[in-house]
Amino acid sequence: MEYAILFLPLIGALLGYIIKVFGDIYSEIVTTLFVSAAAILSIILFYNGIVYEDYGNYKIYQWIASGKFVVNASINIDPLSSIMLVVVSLVSALVHIYSIGYMSHDPDKPRFMCYLSLFTFAMFTLVVSDNFLQLFFGWEGVGLCSYLLIGFWHKKNSANNAAIKAFIVNRIGDFGFAIGIFLIFIFFGTLNYEEVFTLAPNFADTEINFLGLEVNLITVTCLFLFIGAMGKSAQFFLHTWLPDAMEGPTPVSALIHAATMVTAGVFLVVRCSPIFEYSQVALNFVAIVGMITALFAASVAIVQNDIKKIIAYSTCSQLGYMFFAAGVGAYHVAIFHLFTHAFFKALLFLGSGSVIHSLNDEQDVRNMGDLWKKMPVTWFAMVVGTLALTGFPFLSGFYSKDAIIEFAFLKGTNVGYFAAGIGIMTAVLTALYSWRLIFKTFHGKFNNKNLSKSEIHESGLTITIPLLLLVVGSIFSGFLFKEFLIGHDYNNFWRDSILILEKFDHSGIPLWLLVITPFFVTILIPVSFYLYIKKTNVLDGIVLKYKSLYNFLLNKWYFDELYNQIIIKPTKFIGSFFWEKGDIKIIDRLGPDGISKIIKIISNKSSKFQSGYIYDYAFIMLIGLSLLLTFFIFYK
Amino acid sequence: MNFPILSAITFIPLIGALFVFLTRSEKDEKNSGAIYISIFTSIVNFFIILFVWYSIDKTTSDFQFIEEYNWISGFIKFKFGIDGISILFILLTAFIIPICIFSCINSVKTRLKEFLIALLVLETFIIGVFCSLDLVIFYLFFEAGLIPMFLIIGIWGGPRKVYSAFKFFLFTLLGSVLMLVAIIAIYWISGTTDITEINQMGIPSEYQYLLWLAFFSSFAVKLPMWPVHTWLPDAHVEAPTAGSVVLAAILLKMGGYGFIRFSVGMFPVASEYFTPLIFSLSVIAVIYTSLIALMQKDMKKLIAYSSVAHMGYVTIGIFTFNKQGIEGSIVQMFSHGLISAALFLSVGVLYDRTHSRLIKTYGGIVNLMPKYSFLFMIFVLGTLGLPGTSGFVGEFLVLVGVFKVNYLVAILSSIGVILAAAYILWLYKRVVFGKMENIQLKRIKDVNLSEAVILGVLSAAVLFFGFYPDPLFQTVNASVDNLINNYNSDIQQNITLNK
Repeated sequence: MEYAILFLPLIGALLGYIIKVFGDIYSEIVTTLFVSAAAILSIILFYNGIVYEDYGNYKIYQWIASGKFVVNASINIDPLSSIMLVVVSLVSALVHIYSIGYMSHDPDKPRFMCYLSLFTFAMFTLVVSDNFLQLFFGWEGVGLCSYLLIGFWHKKNSANNAAIKAFIVNRIGDFGFAIGIFLIFIFFGTLNYEEVFTLAPNFADTEINFLGLEVNLITVTCLFLFIGAMGKSAQFFLHTWLPDAMEGPTPVSALIHAATMVTAGVFLVVRCSPIFEYSQVALNFVAIVGMITALFAASVAIVQNDIKKIIAYSTCSQLGYMFFAAGVGAYHVAIFHLFTHAFFKALLFLGSGSVIHSLNDEQDVRNMGDLWKKMPVTWFAMVVGTLALTGFPFLSGFYSKDAIIEFAFLKGTNVGYFAAGIGIMTAVLTALYSWRLIFKTFHGKFNNKNLSKSEIHESGLTITIPLLLLVVGSIFSGFLFKEFLIGHDYNNFWRDSILILEKFDHSGIPLWLLVITPFFVTILIPVSFYLYIKKTNVLDGIVLKYKSLYNFLLNKWYFDELYNQIIIKPTKFIGSFFWEKGDIKIIDRLGPDGISKIIKIISNKSSKFQSGYIYDYAFIMLIGLSLLLTFFIFYK
Repeated sequence: MNFPILSAITFIPLIGALFVFLTRSEKDEKNSGAIYISIFTSIVNFFIILFVWYSIDKTTSDFQFIEEYNWISGFIKFKFGIDGISILFILLTAFIIPICIFSCINSVKTRLKEFLIALLVLETFIIGVFCSLDLVIFYLFFEAGLIPMFLIIGIWGGPRKVYSAFKFFLFTLLGSVLMLVAIIAIYWISGTTDITEINQMGIPSEYQYLLWLAFFSSFAVKLPMWPVHTWLPDAHVEAPTAGSVVLAAILLKMGGYGFIRFSVGMFPVASEYFTPLIFSLSVIAVIYTSLIALMQKDMKKLIAYSSVAHMGYVTIGIFTFNKQGIEGSIVQMFSHGLISAALFLSVGVLYDRTHSRLIKTYGGIVNLMPKYSFLFMIFVLGTLGLPGTSGFVGEFLVLVGVFKVNYLVAILSSIGVILAAAYILWLYKRVVFGKMENIQLKRIKDVNLSEAVILGVLSAAVLFFGFYPDPLFQTVNASVDNLINNYNSDIQQNITLNK
């Protein structure tokens, strides 16, 4: 069964590509069926794991063996990978179904479906790996699929640029990740998780000399691994690719850039919890980066006008939550939030896709409005998604997000308190931007000039059914799995797959902390209704008053401009400089060209001796003779 | 003595070339006899070599299939023999040459017969290089390889062919002359030019430094290393497609092979001494040429510069003197042989259709050439070292190996991996994606059957060795172990001597 889960999407992708000759619909059906089968099997596997403790490690074959560097391709089923499998395969299956409707007008449907399936395969290999190198394989594999899918509409220059940007920013992260892997191999002598994790405590106090600095081995390893996670999960400094990635088709954004691939970074940190636990510095770093990202992305999301970019920044921000949960040592809570987030964020993306689809690819929320009667199912789904995202009581986000804030508080360290504070602030911002999106899109006045309102209609069944299924997930996934994943007996489920050295003490939660976030997010619904629908001029006034701050946020803190100035332009300049000045002006001029020129000059000069006139030769002989004579007279 | 299989695989192409020579043809006529003969010989040779690869004993590091004849008695022996390392390069050669022959049938318009002869003769010389167990024989083959290559560039090249051919010749000859002097010196020091005997006796460490430098100058040019790399872009740009393929895929590997067999094998003390030099030149090569590749306007130049960067990893890996590093660089050379060949062939496919190598000519060809774009993508991914392609295995192992030795070198050279992604994806985007703006491209055709087969075979090889590199590791395992052991014991000996 494990093998089937892993390879079904791959077979689906290949088969789907082959049978497209019979018609697009066949490859759509094949890919969707294969992934759905994988999803069903994953759920069975997850269930078997819980009930029968049916976990295990299955070796497929030996991939690379060079001396001690031995790496297997294998399938490792443990609680963490089984829950990830469920998340990935479920969302993927729903997105496959959704894509049949969403991409119906696209001539390249089979290619799209195959990429989606291929992505699912890559994500599976990432999740079920039992060593760092296979993880890296999946890691780059999902990066590749993300590249291909962002640039799916390859005629759009912006899409191509976004695809390359995503790949290269991820590569920068992977560069750090690879160094982390090297460090692990050099010092632990293996890349297998189990062996590395057993050895980790022995190295807790090992200091190494790294580029002239005395540093703790575990700390530096974790930091490098985390750079990889930052790239993939679009954390602060390496986040710039994620908003641009919205150039891809919306199902891609839902699957890759919300529910699965971007959470791989969180997965990595949680998977490596047995190492991270031995470095407080690294954990604090993770927490701080998470906090900054959560707040930063939320602040940007509040002023964006592109419906997908708002949700993209929201994803970025929620990933920040997961990271600071991991950073305070609450790995299980991080995964719990990852789990619930996958449902409601995929729901929001797919919902926005439904809106975009109906409005003929309009993405600007300023050109929407008053759609809720026209698209009741989408509206309902989006509202549920928003409620879940903001943490409205008893929906999934409520359980997971509030748990993060509580655990951060319970941690009892300065970083923990600070994280809790940031968490609450970000929750407020989240509520604001989410409701802004809903009100601007579905309520108020209809603002689109290119389309008359009567042309708009609800999307078809292939789109609405996945939405409704995700609605179910968004409502119940928190409530149902709370006790099980993060309750008092969380270890019954997680077992050895995560390591938490310092157990959390649940007794000391003050009541105000429990009610403060739900209170804010509830109160903010009417407030934002008032701000965005009733009295829009209040906000306009604020915008006018703080024009520079508004622009700062609207331009995403000017990160793209900054990177363009300090990285891209200098790189290009240096490249041309090396080429034109280094290779052509210096090496070639002093090397071959210079030498041949000198030889030419010398031979031109010396050829003058062979003039062919006897008196020239006689003269030279005379000089030679006299020189010889002189020499003999003086030295003999 | 058994059947002289090594002589056979070396000289079969030469015999083929002779038969090609004997075919009748007018100057510019399509000469099907010559084509069939050369395809037949090169493919037969490939299968014989596959068999040799299969039958070679992979558990020992000894040289096998040894053949020995006296040439100039008491002075030069004609000695052939292979081990796990050389067989891989022979295999690569025998794999690439038929591909070149296939590709040139359509693209070479003039003097096809002579072109085929040049390729087959070149194959003989290259295989001879990897089979030789005698320094003089090695040198002969090593230098003789220059001649057909010089002719290929000089006769079938582009507008600046003469300049490029001479630049190529000058650079390589300069290094080789020094190597010749060193070989003569070795003869006077050890009294033999037999490689196995020299390896057993060892060369006194005081001589090693100069000899190492002399060999280095030759291999560094061949590989090429920074700053003697500038002949490569020019040679590639002007060479016909098949010429570029042989050059990138095989000729460069002679440098890497030389470093492993001679620099590390015969002069371990000097190799250790000069490691910082190699590391710094290689790191510069990786970063410097990657940056240059980013700014190229000519596709072939871009790939040429990326070759230099990839060869930088090879030298870094060899001079780590550990298992991962050396095996990594061998795999890297093998995979670069496949990938660079494929990239040049891909450029050749476009060039045959539009006669332009400039990137700006293209754009938006994906809709008209979907198969081509798909295959090209695989090679692009191989270049940037995506896991699952052979490019990843070599590069990653080299970096693991060097990380053991020197953090700084490892980190700096890892930057090359980021830059590789940048230049190659940007190239792909500008050529394949986007809107089609050049009206001349409107009628461009997708790959035909023979092109599809060639590129398909190469992409299959790239993926196969990416997912299952084990055959490569098994082949070189014993030889690399032996190399490292010898190196370590020599270094130990030298340290105790100095005390």
